[in-house]
Amino acid sequence: MTYQVLDARWLSPNVKRLRVRAPHVTHNCKPGQFVIVRALVDGERIPLTIADSDRAAGTIVLIVQVVGATTKALCALEAGQAILDVAGPLGKPTEIHPVRHAVLVGGGVGTAVIYPQAKALRDAGARVSAVVGGRTKPFVILEEELGRVCDDVFPCTDDGSHGFHGFVSDRLKRLIAGADVPVDLVLAAGPVAMMSAVAEVTRPLAIHTVASLNPIMVDGTGMCGGCRVTCGGHVKFACVDGPEFDAHLVDFKELTDRLTAYRAFENCAMERSA
Amino acid sequence: MNDTPIKPKAAERMKIPRQAMDARNAVARSASFAEVNLGFVEQVAMMEARRCLDCKDAKCVGGCPVAIDIPAFIDRVAVGDFAGAADVLLRDNALPGISGRVCPQEKQCEAKCIRGNKGGDPVAIGYLERFVADWAREHGDRRLCPPPKCEKKAENVAIVGSGPAGLTAAGELAKRGYGVTVFEALHEAGGVLVYGIPEFRLPKSIVRGEVESLQKLGVEIETNVVIGRTYTIDQLLGEMGFSAVFIANGAGLPMFLNIPGENLKGVYSANEYLTRINLMKAYDPNSSTPVMRAKEVVVVGGGNTAMDAVRVARRLGAERAMLVYRRSRAEMPARIEEVLHAEEEGIIFEMLADPAEILGDDGGWVRAVRCVRVQLGEPDASGRRKPTRIAGSEFEIPCQIVISALGTRANPLLTQTTPDLKTNQWGYIVTDENGMTSKGGVFAGGDIVRGAATVILAMGDGKKTAGAIDRYLSLNRRPT
Repeated sequence: MTYQVLDARWLSPNVKRLRVRAPHVTHNCKPGQFVIVRALVDGERIPLTIADSDRAAGTIVLIVQVVGATTKALCALEAGQAILDVAGPLGKPTEIHPVRHAVLVGGGVGTAVIYPQAKALRDAGARVSAVVGGRTKPFVILEEELGRVCDDVFPCTDDGSHGFHGFVSDRLKRLIAGADVPVDLVLAAGPVAMMSAVAEVTRPLAIHTVASLNPIMVDGTGMCGGCRVTCGGHVKFACVDGPEFDAHLVDFKELTDRLTAYRAFENCAMERSA
Repeated sequence: MNDTPIKPKAAERMKIPRQAMDARNAVARSASFAEVNLGFVEQVAMMEARRCLDCKDAKCVGGCPVAIDIPAFIDRVAVGDFAGAADVLLRDNALPGISGRVCPQEKQCEAKCIRGNKGGDPVAIGYLERFVADWAREHGDRRLCPPPKCEKKAENVAIVGSGPAGLTAAGELAKRGYGVTVFEALHEAGGVLVYGIPEFRLPKSIVRGEVESLQKLGVEIETNVVIGRTYTIDQLLGEMGFSAVFIANGAGLPMFLNIPGENLKGVYSANEYLTRINLMKAYDPNSSTPVMRAKEVVVVGGGNTAMDAVRVARRLGAERAMLVYRRSRAEMPARIEEVLHAEEEGIIFEMLADPAEILGDDGGWVRAVRCVRVQLGEPDASGRRKPTRIAGSEFEIPCQIVISALGTRANPLLTQTTPDLKTNQWGYIVTDENGMTSKGGVFAGGDIVRGAATVILAMGDGKKTAGAIDRYLSLNRRPT
């Protein structure tokens, strides 16, 4: 099996979209699931959200942000080249229940997670709003694609260069307050600080909020336990119990800390290849 | 060669001492992933084989989970007929190069050896098995991949997992003429043989060789497929056209101590630590796989996995690589040879210590393990002496990495998506004595049935269940 890249384009200065041949993954895949990818011989295995899939074509879409050695190698791929390994789909799918108004919050590359969720919720009859953020305008991704499947899309930037000037959590607060159809579900995917802030916005309002977590992962099948997160005081494995958890129960502080475990390796990999 | 009467009489044989296995120098190997045991040369193997008394009622065979005809293969070695020995060995065991290296022989065949039980050392059956397997591979012996003797059967069998159970079953079924596809979740075939057991104990080239032999038999291996997610068992039996499925996906979720501090940075499960190093080659400077290294490493546990992890930590530069175990050396379930090798390599054994808390620094990194001394009481129902903590005996072991090697729980991934597959209270798959599950056409074996066990027991399950699958498919075959 070769996992050929069919097309590749940059969505932002450090985020690339790859459409990849992986028919086995499309067989049963659903929103919220991910694949484990290996890009370098004798290298690490990393989880990536399945941003879209097309069973008839046997292809999936991966959206990759340059962080360490593997993501850098993936982002260097062009159409016609191939990824070494793509395993999946993994993780539990997003639970799609009938809701009236779902707000999906995406930060940076995390926006890749909310696109298939938006499609599924729209198909389930919900009103769907998206709040998407980035540092500056070029870092806001998938705005146009989300526009095609959501009722409204609210871009936000830290510097005000595009859309709302400020954090997605602040824009979410305003959206909830002014919504004509009351918001009864919030899904968040992005940097841990963002998901934590979103959870604090919805906690006092008791709006069901789900975060898609991105811990360090190795096999993706429950074998290694590297992806363990604390949720409601219990240790869970994000790969088999998640990756989505009740955002009001997740220990975000611990997750933030655990994500820094290999920061020195990531910096080193970036310097080596810079 | 059969005519050469070079085997001495029993009294002479009893005088031959057990031949030692040469091992790489302990200091040199503490910084190397090269294989520790160097193997027998031909003359030493023949000398060791001559120690076998060729017992009429050989007990050793009964001690072997795959019932190798041990006296018969050793008889061939004794007269220098190594190809003949390989013939005998491979009839009963498809993966002798692996079992010869990782079996706990001292608890199985060698424990039953009549010569050993007469007061001497048992015949080194494991070393001889390894010798024959290596000889056959080095001589490009085609017996390692015999052509299918049976007619091609119409049915295809799906095997879930390419560890010892899956590979053994694949070989047995392919030899019987079935189409066999093995689905592996990781990117390389071998299961625990590639992600769990380190290179210095089982070189990966040996595993690759065994996998290639199976491929030559016609076995298809599909990596990166997670059964239960990529395809369900029902899809395998339905639209994908398989007539039977053998589930051999191994044990699963690693157990942790459930003590404070276990989510600090620097705490690994042995599975994660060993996978990063063995499968993802983090020990190789050319690999981009990150793994933490530290001066002081504590591994908690007393089994083979704990032993592997602590010896790996030593090889990655730990000055103090320590094994913390809450019983004493006598109770450690690890292979005796691994314990001896670990000692030679300077591993520190901290016995009768029970970790109570992992302590961290301000940055969230491990800085020590707080342990409590224990004493052993009377043997419990399982025959093992139960440890009880001694009040006021707490002490700290400074360390920067803690590796938990406490065994595994059943992986729920496949059983969750196969609701009609009966499991027991711990989540392991329930089978009858032939490996048949509650679901028609679905069989299971190895750790997903037994809980964490050994490579050879998994191989035994693979062999036995392949026979059961053959009988099941033959019975269901409609006369044409």
